[in-house]
Amino acid sequence: MSKYYFQVERAGVHTTFQDLGRFNVQHLGICPGGSMDSNLLKISNKLVNNPLHVGVMEFAYQGPRLKLISGKAKIAITGNVYFTIERQCNPSSLEQCNSFETYNLEEGDTIDILATKKSIYGYLSIEGGFQLKQFYNSVSTLTRSGIGPNDGKKIEENLKIFFIKKNDNNNKKIVQWKSEFDDNIIRVLPGPQFHYFSKESIKKFFLSTYKITNHSDRMGMRLEGHKLENIVSSNIASEGIMKGSIQVTGDGNPIILMAEHPTIGGYPKIATVISADFAKVAQLSPGKEITFEKVKLLKAEKYFHDQQEILDKIY
Amino acid sequence: MFKKIYNISDQGIICDFGSEINKEINSKVIGVFNYINNNLDLKRELGIVNCIPSYNKIVIQYDLLLVSSDSIIKYISSIKEHQLSYQNNQKKFELPICYDTEYGLDLESISKQNKISIEEIIYLHHETSFYVYMMGFLPGFPFMGDLTNKLFTSRLTTPRVFVPAKSVAIVEKFCAIYPFESPGGWNIIGKTPTKLFEKNKKNPSLLYPGAEVKFKSISKEALMVMESKHNE
Repeated sequence: MSKYYFQVERAGVHTTFQDLGRFNVQHLGICPGGSMDSNLLKISNKLVNNPLHVGVMEFAYQGPRLKLISGKAKIAITGNVYFTIERQCNPSSLEQCNSFETYNLEEGDTIDILATKKSIYGYLSIEGGFQLKQFYNSVSTLTRSGIGPNDGKKIEENLKIFFIKKNDNNNKKIVQWKSEFDDNIIRVLPGPQFHYFSKESIKKFFLSTYKITNHSDRMGMRLEGHKLENIVSSNIASEGIMKGSIQVTGDGNPIILMAEHPTIGGYPKIATVISADFAKVAQLSPGKEITFEKVKLLKAEKYFHDQQEILDKIY
Repeated sequence: MFKKIYNISDQGIICDFGSEINKEINSKVIGVFNYINNNLDLKRELGIVNCIPSYNKIVIQYDLLLVSSDSIIKYISSIKEHQLSYQNNQKKFELPICYDTEYGLDLESISKQNKISIEEIIYLHHETSFYVYMMGFLPGFPFMGDLTNKLFTSRLTTPRVFVPAKSVAIVEKFCAIYPFESPGGWNIIGKTPTKLFEKNKKNPSLLYPGAEVKFKSISKEALMVMESKHNE
Protein backbone atom coordinates (compact mmCIF):
# COMPACT_ATOMS: atom_id res chain seq x y z
CA MET A 1 0.00 0.00 0.00
CA SER A 2 1.30 3.39 -0.97
CA LYS A 3 1.68 6.02 1.75
CA TYR A 4 0.89 8.94 -0.56
CA TYR A 5 -2.72 10.10 -0.57
CA PHE A 6 -5.36 12.80 -0.93
CA GLN A 7 -8.30 13.20 1.39
CA VAL A 8 -11.67 13.93 -0.25
CA GLU A 9 -13.11 17.09 1.32
CA ARG A 10 -16.04 17.26 -1.10
CA ALA A 11 -16.94 14.44 -3.45
CA GLY A 12 -18.64 16.34 -6.27
CA VAL A 13 -21.75 15.30 -8.19
CA HIS A 14 -20.60 12.06 -9.79
CA THR A 15 -16.89 11.38 -9.40
CA THR A 16 -15.59 7.93 -10.37
CA PHE A 17 -12.39 6.25 -11.50
CA GLN A 18 -12.41 5.39 -15.20
CA ASP A 19 -10.03 4.07 -17.84
CA LEU A 20 -10.67 3.16 -21.48
CA GLY A 21 -13.10 0.41 -20.44
CA ARG A 22 -13.39 -3.26 -19.51
CA PHE A 23 -13.40 -5.57 -22.50
CA ASN A 24 -13.95 -9.26 -23.30
CA VAL A 25 -16.60 -9.72 -20.59
CA GLN A 26 -19.69 -8.25 -22.21
CA HIS A 27 -21.01 -11.80 -22.71
CA LEU A 28 -21.26 -12.07 -18.89
CA GLY A 29 -23.46 -9.02 -18.82
CA ILE A 30 -20.62 -6.65 -17.88
CA CYS A 31 -20.59 -3.56 -20.07
CA PRO A 32 -17.33 -1.87 -21.12
CA GLY A 33 -18.00 1.34 -19.18
CA GLY A 34 -14.92 3.54 -19.20
CA SER A 35 -14.56 7.27 -19.73
CA MET A 36 -17.39 9.19 -21.37
CA ASP A 37 -14.88 11.40 -23.20
CA SER A 38 -11.90 9.17 -23.95
CA ASN A 39 -10.08 11.94 -25.84
CA LEU A 40 -9.83 13.95 -22.62
CA LEU A 41 -8.82 10.86 -20.63
CA LYS A 42 -5.96 10.14 -23.02
CA ILE A 43 -4.76 13.76 -23.02
CA SER A 44 -4.85 13.89 -19.21
CA ASN A 45 -2.61 10.82 -19.06
CA LYS A 46 -0.31 12.18 -21.75
CA LEU A 47 0.21 15.41 -19.80
CA VAL A 48 1.60 13.52 -16.79
CA ASN A 49 3.57 11.00 -18.92
CA ASN A 50 1.32 8.01 -18.12
CA PRO A 51 0.37 5.30 -20.62
CA LEU A 52 -2.88 6.45 -22.25
CA HIS A 53 -5.11 3.74 -20.75
CA VAL A 54 -4.24 4.44 -17.08
CA GLY A 55 -7.20 5.01 -14.74
CA VAL A 56 -8.00 8.64 -13.89
CA MET A 57 -10.71 10.46 -11.95
CA GLU A 58 -13.75 11.43 -14.01
CA PHE A 59 -16.07 14.10 -12.65
CA ALA A 60 -19.35 15.52 -13.89
CA TYR A 61 -20.64 19.10 -13.45
CA GLN A 62 -18.98 19.77 -10.09
CA GLY A 63 -15.81 17.86 -9.30
CA PRO A 64 -14.18 16.97 -5.98
CA ARG A 65 -12.18 19.06 -3.51
CA LEU A 66 -9.04 17.13 -2.61
CA LYS A 67 -6.39 17.86 0.03
CA LEU A 68 -2.95 16.35 -0.47
CA ILE A 69 -2.16 14.85 2.94
CA SER A 70 1.00 12.92 2.15
CA GLY A 71 3.50 13.02 -0.70
CA LYS A 72 4.15 15.33 -3.67
CA ALA A 73 2.06 15.03 -6.81
CA LYS A 74 2.06 16.12 -10.42
CA ILE A 75 -1.51 16.42 -11.66
CA ALA A 76 -3.37 17.59 -14.75
CA ILE A 77 -7.00 18.38 -15.46
CA THR A 78 -8.60 18.16 -18.89
CA GLY A 79 -11.94 19.47 -20.05
CA ASN A 80 -13.60 22.86 -19.91
CA VAL A 81 -13.09 23.12 -16.17
CA TYR A 82 -12.97 25.89 -13.58
CA PHE A 83 -10.66 24.93 -10.71
CA THR A 84 -8.37 26.43 -8.11
CA ILE A 85 -5.41 25.40 -5.95
CA GLU A 86 -4.89 26.55 -2.37
CA ARG A 87 -1.21 26.45 -1.45
CA GLN A 88 -0.37 25.64 2.15
CA CYS A 89 2.70 27.88 1.89
CA ASN A 90 0.49 30.82 0.90
CA PRO A 91 -3.00 30.20 2.34
CA SER A 92 -4.33 33.72 1.71
CA SER A 93 -4.07 33.55 -2.10
CA LEU A 94 -6.13 31.31 -4.31
CA GLU A 95 -4.43 30.11 -7.51
CA GLN A 96 -6.74 30.23 -10.56
CA CYS A 97 -5.75 27.30 -12.76
CA ASN A 98 -6.02 26.19 -16.37
CA SER A 99 -7.00 22.89 -17.87
CA PHE A 100 -4.53 21.08 -20.12
CA GLU A 101 -1.58 22.09 -17.92
CA THR A 102 0.29 20.16 -15.25
CA TYR A 103 0.53 21.41 -11.66
CA ASN A 104 2.94 20.33 -8.95
CA LEU A 105 1.32 19.89 -5.56
CA GLU A 106 3.07 19.89 -2.17
CA GLU A 107 1.87 18.35 1.07
CA GLY A 108 -1.05 20.35 2.48
CA ASP A 109 -2.11 21.84 -0.89
CA THR A 110 -5.78 21.60 -1.85
CA ILE A 111 -7.23 21.34 -5.32
CA ASP A 112 -10.83 22.43 -5.73
CA ILE A 113 -12.63 21.43 -8.93
CA LEU A 114 -15.57 23.82 -8.89
CA ALA A 115 -17.38 23.26 -12.18
CA THR A 116 -17.27 22.14 -15.77
CA LYS A 117 -18.26 24.92 -18.17
CA LYS A 118 -20.63 24.41 -21.16
CA SER A 119 -19.94 20.68 -20.88
CA ILE A 120 -20.34 17.82 -18.41
CA TYR A 121 -17.19 15.75 -17.94
CA GLY A 122 -13.65 16.54 -16.90
CA TYR A 123 -10.66 14.39 -15.91
CA LEU A 124 -8.00 14.52 -13.21
CA SER A 125 -4.83 12.51 -13.82
CA ILE A 126 -1.78 12.04 -11.63
CA GLU A 127 1.74 11.11 -12.65
CA GLY A 128 2.34 7.44 -11.95
CA GLY A 129 -1.39 6.79 -11.56
CA PHE A 130 -3.79 6.26 -8.68
CA GLN A 131 -3.52 3.07 -6.66
CA LEU A 132 -6.52 1.09 -7.91
CA LYS A 133 -7.53 -2.57 -7.93
CA GLN A 134 -8.36 -4.10 -11.29
CA PHE A 135 -11.38 -6.26 -12.05
CA TYR A 136 -11.13 -8.10 -15.37
CA ASN A 137 -8.09 -5.95 -16.34
CA SER A 138 -9.80 -2.60 -15.84
CA VAL A 139 -10.32 -0.01 -13.11
CA SER A 140 -13.48 1.45 -14.64
CA THR A 141 -16.26 1.96 -12.11
CA LEU A 142 -19.77 0.69 -12.85
CA THR A 143 -21.87 2.16 -10.05
CA ARG A 144 -25.08 0.34 -10.98
CA SER A 145 -23.52 -3.09 -10.61
CA GLY A 146 -21.01 -2.12 -7.92
CA ILE A 147 -17.97 -3.05 -9.99
CA GLY A 148 -14.58 -1.31 -9.86
CA PRO A 149 -12.53 0.77 -7.38
CA ASN A 150 -14.07 1.96 -4.07
CA ASP A 151 -16.32 -1.14 -4.15
CA GLY A 152 -17.93 0.10 -7.35
CA LYS A 153 -19.24 3.28 -5.72
CA LYS A 154 -18.68 6.88 -6.71
CA ILE A 155 -16.12 8.87 -4.68
CA GLU A 156 -17.39 9.89 -1.25
CA GLU A 157 -16.40 12.57 1.26
CA ASN A 158 -13.50 11.67 3.61
CA LEU A 159 -12.26 8.88 1.36
CA LYS A 160 -8.48 8.52 1.08
CA ILE A 161 -7.27 8.48 -2.52
CA PHE A 162 -3.90 6.75 -2.75
CA PHE A 163 -1.43 7.30 -5.56
CA ILE A 164 1.67 5.36 -6.48
CA LYS A 165 4.54 7.73 -7.25
CA LYS A 166 5.98 10.72 -5.44
CA ASN A 167 6.62 13.62 -7.82
CA ASP A 168 10.32 14.41 -8.08
CA ASN A 169 10.52 17.37 -10.50
CA ASN A 170 8.92 20.75 -11.02
CA ASN A 171 8.61 20.55 -14.80
CA LYS A 172 5.44 21.90 -16.39
CA LYS A 173 3.71 20.64 -19.50
CA ILE A 174 0.94 22.34 -21.48
CA VAL A 175 -1.01 21.10 -24.52
CA GLN A 176 -3.32 23.02 -26.83
CA TRP A 177 -6.78 21.47 -27.10
CA LYS A 178 -10.04 23.12 -28.00
CA SER A 179 -12.60 21.63 -25.67
CA GLU A 180 -15.66 23.32 -27.19
CA PHE A 181 -17.40 22.07 -30.31
CA ASP A 182 -18.55 24.30 -33.19
CA ASP A 183 -21.98 22.75 -33.65
CA ASN A 184 -24.43 20.21 -32.23
CA ILE A 185 -24.52 17.94 -35.29
CA ILE A 186 -24.11 14.28 -34.39
CA ARG A 187 -23.06 11.96 -37.22
CA VAL A 188 -24.58 8.48 -37.32
CA LEU A 189 -24.67 5.22 -39.28
CA PRO A 190 -27.96 3.39 -39.85
CA GLY A 191 -28.72 1.05 -36.93
CA PRO A 192 -29.62 -2.65 -37.22
CA GLN A 193 -33.38 -1.85 -37.19
CA PHE A 194 -33.25 1.30 -39.31
CA HIS A 195 -35.97 -0.10 -41.62
CA TYR A 196 -38.35 -0.63 -38.65
CA PHE A 197 -39.28 3.04 -38.83
CA SER A 198 -41.64 4.76 -41.24
CA LYS A 199 -40.14 6.78 -44.12
CA GLU A 200 -41.70 9.90 -42.66
CA SER A 201 -40.12 9.22 -39.27
CA ILE A 202 -36.68 8.59 -40.75
CA LYS A 203 -36.97 11.89 -42.61
CA LYS A 204 -37.98 13.68 -39.42
CA PHE A 205 -35.18 11.97 -37.48
CA PHE A 206 -32.63 13.68 -39.71
CA LEU A 207 -34.42 16.99 -40.27
CA SER A 208 -35.79 17.88 -36.86
CA THR A 209 -33.93 18.71 -33.66
CA TYR A 210 -33.87 16.60 -30.50
CA LYS A 211 -33.50 17.97 -27.00
CA ILE A 212 -31.31 16.27 -24.39
CA THR A 213 -33.49 15.65 -21.32
CA ASN A 214 -32.59 15.49 -17.64
CA HIS A 215 -32.78 11.69 -17.80
CA SER A 216 -29.22 11.53 -19.05
CA ASP A 217 -26.21 9.98 -17.39
CA ARG A 218 -23.31 7.60 -18.02
CA MET A 219 -25.77 4.91 -19.14
CA GLY A 220 -27.64 6.85 -21.75
CA MET A 221 -29.18 10.11 -22.87
CA ARG A 222 -32.93 10.27 -23.30
CA LEU A 223 -33.97 12.64 -26.07
CA GLU A 224 -37.18 14.52 -26.69
CA GLY A 225 -38.44 15.59 -30.09
CA HIS A 226 -40.31 14.13 -33.03
CA LYS A 227 -41.69 10.77 -31.88
CA LEU A 228 -40.53 8.00 -34.18
CA GLU A 229 -43.19 5.76 -35.69
CA ASN A 230 -42.29 2.10 -35.63
CA ILE A 231 -44.01 0.20 -38.46
CA VAL A 232 -42.65 -3.29 -37.69
CA SER A 233 -42.44 -3.95 -33.94
CA SER A 234 -41.36 -2.01 -30.90
CA ASN A 235 -39.87 -5.18 -29.42
CA ILE A 236 -37.05 -7.18 -31.00
CA ALA A 237 -35.33 -10.36 -29.89
CA SER A 238 -32.79 -8.92 -27.46
CA GLU A 239 -29.35 -8.59 -29.03
CA GLY A 240 -25.91 -7.21 -28.20
CA ILE A 241 -25.59 -3.46 -27.81
CA MET A 242 -22.67 -1.15 -28.53
CA LYS A 243 -21.87 2.32 -27.27
CA GLY A 244 -23.50 4.96 -29.43
CA SER A 245 -26.54 2.86 -30.36
CA ILE A 246 -29.72 4.95 -30.55
CA GLN A 247 -32.62 2.81 -29.38
CA VAL A 248 -36.25 3.80 -29.64
CA THR A 249 -38.63 2.68 -26.89
CA GLY A 250 -42.35 2.06 -27.37
CA ASP A 251 -43.20 5.72 -26.74
CA GLY A 252 -41.19 6.75 -29.84
CA ASN A 253 -38.45 8.67 -28.02
CA PRO A 254 -34.83 7.92 -28.89
CA ILE A 255 -32.17 7.12 -26.25
CA ILE A 256 -28.45 7.35 -27.07
CA LEU A 257 -26.70 4.54 -25.19
CA MET A 258 -23.41 5.62 -23.66
CA ALA A 259 -20.47 4.11 -21.71
CA GLU A 260 -22.57 2.19 -19.15
CA HIS A 261 -25.05 0.87 -21.71
CA PRO A 262 -26.86 -2.40 -21.10
CA THR A 263 -24.93 -5.25 -22.75
CA ILE A 264 -28.07 -6.54 -24.45
CA GLY A 265 -31.38 -4.91 -25.24
CA GLY A 266 -34.76 -5.48 -26.86
CA TYR A 267 -35.68 -2.10 -28.29
CA PRO A 268 -35.11 -1.40 -32.01
CA LYS A 269 -32.10 0.77 -32.82
CA ILE A 270 -32.54 3.36 -35.55
CA ALA A 271 -28.93 4.53 -35.75
CA THR A 272 -25.46 4.42 -34.18
CA VAL A 273 -23.36 7.47 -33.34
CA ILE A 274 -19.99 7.26 -35.12
CA SER A 275 -16.94 6.76 -32.88
CA ALA A 276 -15.48 10.15 -33.84
CA ASP A 277 -18.52 11.87 -32.26
CA PHE A 278 -18.68 9.95 -28.94
CA ALA A 279 -16.86 12.70 -27.04
CA LYS A 280 -19.04 15.40 -28.55
CA VAL A 281 -22.25 13.62 -27.55
CA ALA A 282 -20.96 12.89 -24.05
CA GLN A 283 -20.34 16.56 -23.32
CA LEU A 284 -23.85 17.76 -24.31
CA SER A 285 -25.73 18.88 -21.22
CA PRO A 286 -29.50 18.56 -20.70
CA GLY A 287 -31.50 21.22 -22.51
CA LYS A 288 -29.19 21.35 -25.54
CA GLU A 289 -30.64 20.57 -28.96
CA ILE A 290 -28.96 18.31 -31.47
CA THR A 291 -29.48 17.17 -35.03
CA PHE A 292 -28.45 13.88 -36.61
CA GLU A 293 -26.58 13.54 -39.89
CA LYS A 294 -26.29 10.26 -41.77
CA VAL A 295 -22.81 9.32 -43.02
CA LYS A 296 -21.36 6.34 -44.89
CA LEU A 297 -19.25 3.69 -43.15
CA LEU A 298 -16.06 4.63 -45.01
CA LYS A 299 -16.50 8.26 -43.98
CA ALA A 300 -17.11 7.26 -40.36
CA GLU A 301 -13.90 5.24 -40.39
CA LYS A 302 -12.02 8.17 -41.93
CA TYR A 303 -13.33 10.67 -39.34
CA PHE A 304 -12.18 8.29 -36.60
CA HIS A 305 -8.68 7.96 -38.07
CA ASP A 306 -8.48 11.74 -38.67
CA GLN A 307 -9.33 12.35 -35.02
CA GLN A 308 -6.75 9.82 -33.83
CA GLU A 309 -4.16 11.56 -35.99
CA ILE A 310 -4.88 14.90 -34.33
CA LEU A 311 -4.63 13.25 -30.92
CA ASP A 312 -1.36 11.57 -31.88
CA LYS A 313 0.09 14.91 -32.93
CA ILE A 314 -0.59 16.66 -29.66
CA TYR A 315 0.98 13.83 -27.69
CA MET B 1 -25.02 -21.05 -40.75
CA PHE B 2 -25.01 -17.23 -40.98
CA LYS B 3 -27.96 -15.57 -42.69
CA LYS B 4 -26.20 -12.19 -42.87
CA ILE B 5 -23.21 -10.34 -41.42
CA TYR B 6 -23.10 -6.55 -41.53
CA ASN B 7 -21.87 -3.41 -39.78
CA ILE B 8 -23.94 -1.79 -37.04
CA SER B 9 -21.25 0.74 -36.11
CA ASP B 10 -17.81 1.77 -37.33
CA GLN B 11 -16.41 -0.58 -34.68
CA GLY B 12 -18.99 -3.35 -34.66
CA ILE B 13 -20.67 -6.02 -36.78
CA ILE B 14 -23.68 -8.25 -36.21
CA CYS B 15 -23.86 -11.91 -37.27
CA ASP B 16 -27.45 -12.93 -37.94
CA PHE B 17 -28.36 -16.63 -37.46
CA GLY B 18 -32.06 -16.14 -38.30
CA SER B 19 -35.12 -14.69 -36.65
CA GLU B 20 -36.40 -17.69 -34.70
CA ILE B 21 -35.62 -18.19 -31.04
CA ASN B 22 -35.04 -21.83 -30.16
CA LYS B 23 -32.41 -24.05 -28.60
CA GLU B 24 -31.19 -25.32 -31.98
CA ILE B 25 -30.23 -21.88 -33.33
CA ASN B 26 -29.04 -20.73 -29.92
CA SER B 27 -26.60 -23.65 -29.64
CA LYS B 28 -24.97 -22.58 -32.96
CA VAL B 29 -24.65 -19.04 -31.58
CA ILE B 30 -22.95 -20.37 -28.44
CA GLY B 31 -20.74 -22.57 -30.66
CA VAL B 32 -19.46 -19.64 -32.74
CA PHE B 33 -19.09 -17.51 -29.63
CA ASN B 34 -16.92 -20.18 -27.93
CA TYR B 35 -14.89 -20.65 -31.14
CA ILE B 36 -13.99 -16.94 -31.25
CA ASN B 37 -13.80 -16.23 -27.55
CA ASN B 38 -11.51 -19.17 -26.69
CA ASN B 39 -9.08 -18.33 -29.50
CA LEU B 40 -6.96 -15.54 -28.03
CA ASP B 41 -4.58 -15.35 -31.02
CA LEU B 42 -7.51 -14.92 -33.38
CA LYS B 43 -9.03 -12.21 -31.20
CA ARG B 44 -5.74 -10.32 -31.06
CA GLU B 45 -5.17 -10.66 -34.79
CA LEU B 46 -8.66 -9.42 -35.63
CA GLY B 47 -8.66 -6.70 -32.96
CA ILE B 48 -11.81 -8.16 -31.34
CA VAL B 49 -12.52 -6.48 -28.00
CA ASN B 50 -15.96 -7.96 -27.29
CA CYS B 51 -18.05 -10.84 -28.58
CA ILE B 52 -21.67 -10.77 -27.44
CA PRO B 53 -23.90 -13.79 -28.10
CA SER B 54 -27.69 -13.47 -27.85
CA TYR B 55 -30.69 -15.65 -28.86
CA ASN B 56 -29.87 -15.74 -32.57
CA LYS B 57 -27.22 -13.04 -33.12
CA ILE B 58 -23.62 -12.31 -32.25
CA VAL B 59 -22.38 -8.74 -32.03
CA ILE B 60 -18.62 -8.39 -32.43
CA GLN B 61 -16.91 -5.19 -31.34
CA TYR B 62 -13.46 -4.53 -32.79
CA ASP B 63 -10.78 -1.89 -32.47
CA LEU B 64 -10.81 0.31 -35.57
CA LEU B 65 -7.19 1.29 -34.88
CA LEU B 66 -6.18 -2.32 -35.56
CA VAL B 67 -8.61 -3.65 -38.16
CA SER B 68 -11.23 -2.53 -40.67
CA SER B 69 -14.71 -3.92 -41.11
CA ASP B 70 -13.90 -5.64 -44.46
CA SER B 71 -11.27 -7.98 -43.09
CA ILE B 72 -13.25 -8.90 -40.00
CA ILE B 73 -16.45 -9.66 -41.94
CA LYS B 74 -14.45 -11.77 -44.39
CA TYR B 75 -12.90 -13.86 -41.64
CA ILE B 76 -16.06 -14.40 -39.57
CA SER B 77 -17.99 -15.41 -42.74
CA SER B 78 -15.46 -18.18 -43.33
CA ILE B 79 -16.19 -19.98 -40.02
CA LYS B 80 -17.96 -23.28 -40.80
CA GLU B 81 -20.34 -25.25 -38.62
CA HIS B 82 -18.12 -28.36 -38.48
CA GLN B 83 -15.33 -26.31 -36.87
CA LEU B 84 -17.48 -25.67 -33.80
CA SER B 85 -17.52 -27.78 -30.67
CA TYR B 86 -20.64 -28.09 -28.55
CA GLN B 87 -20.24 -28.31 -24.83
CA ASN B 88 -22.86 -30.07 -22.77
CA ASN B 89 -22.40 -28.97 -19.21
CA GLN B 90 -25.94 -28.11 -18.25
CA LYS B 91 -26.48 -27.78 -14.54
CA LYS B 92 -29.91 -27.51 -12.90
CA PHE B 93 -30.54 -24.61 -10.55
CA GLU B 94 -33.47 -24.19 -8.14
CA LEU B 95 -34.16 -20.53 -7.31
CA PRO B 96 -36.58 -19.42 -4.56
CA ILE B 97 -39.19 -16.82 -5.58
CA CYS B 98 -41.76 -14.80 -3.63
CA TYR B 99 -44.82 -13.92 -5.74
CA ASP B 100 -46.34 -11.51 -3.17
CA THR B 101 -47.87 -8.50 -4.96
CA GLU B 102 -45.62 -6.25 -2.88
CA TYR B 103 -42.81 -7.52 -5.16
CA GLY B 104 -44.81 -8.72 -8.16
CA LEU B 105 -45.54 -5.15 -9.23
CA ASP B 106 -47.12 -6.10 -12.56
CA LEU B 107 -49.09 -9.23 -11.56
CA GLU B 108 -52.36 -7.28 -11.54
CA SER B 109 -51.83 -5.62 -14.93
CA ILE B 110 -50.79 -8.94 -16.52
CA SER B 111 -53.90 -10.53 -14.99
CA LYS B 112 -56.11 -7.87 -16.58
CA GLN B 113 -54.36 -7.83 -19.97
CA ASN B 114 -54.12 -11.61 -20.35
CA LYS B 115 -57.50 -12.25 -18.67
CA ILE B 116 -56.20 -14.85 -16.26
CA SER B 117 -56.11 -14.86 -12.47
CA ILE B 118 -52.98 -13.98 -10.51
CA GLU B 119 -53.08 -17.52 -9.04
CA GLU B 120 -52.93 -18.97 -12.54
CA ILE B 121 -50.02 -16.70 -13.56
CA ILE B 122 -48.09 -17.91 -10.52
CA TYR B 123 -48.99 -21.57 -11.15
CA LEU B 124 -47.95 -21.45 -14.82
CA HIS B 125 -44.70 -19.65 -14.12
CA HIS B 126 -43.84 -21.94 -11.23
CA GLU B 127 -44.39 -25.10 -13.34
CA THR B 128 -42.03 -23.99 -16.14
CA SER B 129 -38.60 -25.56 -16.62
CA PHE B 130 -36.39 -22.78 -17.92
CA TYR B 131 -33.39 -22.88 -20.30
CA VAL B 132 -30.85 -20.01 -20.18
CA TYR B 133 -30.46 -18.65 -23.73
CA MET B 134 -28.01 -15.89 -22.88
CA MET B 135 -26.66 -13.60 -20.19
CA GLY B 136 -26.68 -9.87 -20.50
CA PHE B 137 -28.21 -6.46 -20.08
CA LEU B 138 -26.63 -6.38 -16.58
CA PRO B 139 -23.95 -8.59 -14.94
CA GLY B 140 -25.46 -12.00 -14.18
CA PHE B 141 -28.82 -11.21 -15.82
CA PRO B 142 -30.23 -14.41 -17.44
CA PHE B 143 -32.64 -14.56 -20.39
CA MET B 144 -34.64 -17.78 -19.88
CA GLY B 145 -37.44 -19.55 -21.74
CA ASP B 146 -39.96 -20.75 -22.66
CA LEU B 147 -43.17 -19.57 -20.98
CA THR B 148 -46.57 -20.83 -22.09
CA ASN B 149 -48.35 -18.41 -24.44
CA LYS B 150 -50.97 -17.66 -21.74
CA LEU B 151 -48.26 -15.62 -20.03
CA PHE B 152 -47.02 -13.74 -23.11
CA THR B 153 -46.66 -9.99 -22.44
CA SER B 154 -45.07 -6.98 -24.17
CA ARG B 155 -42.45 -4.69 -22.72
CA LEU B 156 -43.72 -1.68 -20.80
CA THR B 157 -44.34 1.20 -23.16
CA THR B 158 -42.21 3.46 -20.98
CA PRO B 159 -39.52 1.54 -19.11
CA ARG B 160 -39.32 1.96 -15.33
CA VAL B 161 -36.50 4.23 -14.17
CA PHE B 162 -35.96 1.93 -11.15
CA VAL B 163 -36.60 -1.80 -11.09
CA PRO B 164 -35.83 -3.21 -7.61
CA ALA B 165 -32.85 -5.57 -7.35
CA LYS B 166 -33.60 -9.34 -7.63
CA SER B 167 -36.96 -8.75 -9.33
CA VAL B 168 -38.13 -11.67 -11.46
CA ALA B 169 -39.79 -10.38 -14.62
CA ILE B 170 -41.33 -11.63 -17.85
CA VAL B 171 -41.71 -10.52 -21.48
CA GLU B 172 -43.04 -12.59 -24.40
CA LYS B 173 -41.99 -16.21 -23.75
CA PHE B 174 -39.04 -15.16 -21.58
CA CYS B 175 -38.25 -14.77 -17.93
CA ALA B 176 -35.36 -12.78 -16.42
CA ILE B 177 -33.99 -11.72 -13.05
CA TYR B 178 -32.58 -8.23 -12.35
CA PRO B 179 -29.43 -8.81 -10.22
CA PHE B 180 -29.20 -5.08 -9.35
CA GLU B 181 -31.49 -2.07 -9.23
CA SER B 182 -31.67 -0.69 -12.75
CA PRO B 183 -33.97 0.87 -15.32
CA GLY B 184 -36.00 -1.78 -17.13
CA GLY B 185 -39.03 -2.51 -19.26
CA TRP B 186 -40.05 -6.05 -18.24
CA ASN B 187 -43.19 -7.02 -16.30
CA ILE B 188 -42.28 -7.79 -12.69
CA ILE B 189 -43.94 -10.85 -11.13
CA GLY B 190 -41.88 -11.55 -7.99
CA LYS B 191 -38.58 -11.44 -6.18
CA THR B 192 -35.81 -13.95 -5.44
CA PRO B 193 -33.43 -13.72 -2.45
CA THR B 194 -30.62 -15.40 -4.45
CA LYS B 195 -27.58 -13.39 -5.48
CA LEU B 196 -26.97 -13.80 -9.20
CA PHE B 197 -23.69 -11.94 -9.42
CA GLU B 198 -20.99 -11.86 -6.74
CA LYS B 199 -17.91 -10.05 -7.91
CA ASN B 200 -15.60 -11.56 -5.27
CA LYS B 201 -16.24 -15.12 -6.42
CA LYS B 202 -13.99 -16.83 -8.94
CA ASN B 203 -16.95 -17.17 -11.31
CA PRO B 204 -18.97 -14.05 -10.46
CA SER B 205 -22.05 -15.04 -12.48
CA LEU B 206 -24.23 -17.82 -10.98
CA LEU B 207 -25.94 -18.73 -14.28
CA TYR B 208 -24.59 -19.16 -17.81
CA PRO B 209 -26.00 -19.91 -21.27
CA GLY B 210 -27.36 -23.46 -21.49
CA ALA B 211 -28.10 -23.82 -17.75
CA GLU B 212 -31.53 -25.04 -16.54
CA VAL B 213 -33.60 -23.25 -13.90
CA LYS B 214 -36.72 -24.10 -11.86
CA PHE B 215 -38.35 -21.68 -9.42
CA LYS B 216 -39.53 -22.65 -5.93
CA SER B 217 -42.29 -20.52 -4.40
CA ILE B 218 -41.60 -19.07 -0.93
CA SER B 219 -43.55 -16.82 1.48
CA LYS B 220 -42.79 -13.15 2.17
CA GLU B 221 -41.45 -14.14 5.61
CA ALA B 222 -39.15 -16.78 4.11
CA LEU B 223 -37.87 -14.23 1.58
CA MET B 224 -36.98 -11.78 4.36
CA VAL B 225 -35.22 -14.48 6.40
CA MET B 226 -33.22 -15.65 3.38
CA GLU B 227 -32.31 -12.10 2.37
CA SER B 228 -31.03 -11.22 5.84
CA LYS B 229 -28.97 -14.44 5.86
CA HIS B 230 -27.47 -13.60 2.45
CA ASN B 231 -26.48 -10.16 3.69
CA GLU B 232 -24.61 -11.46 6.77
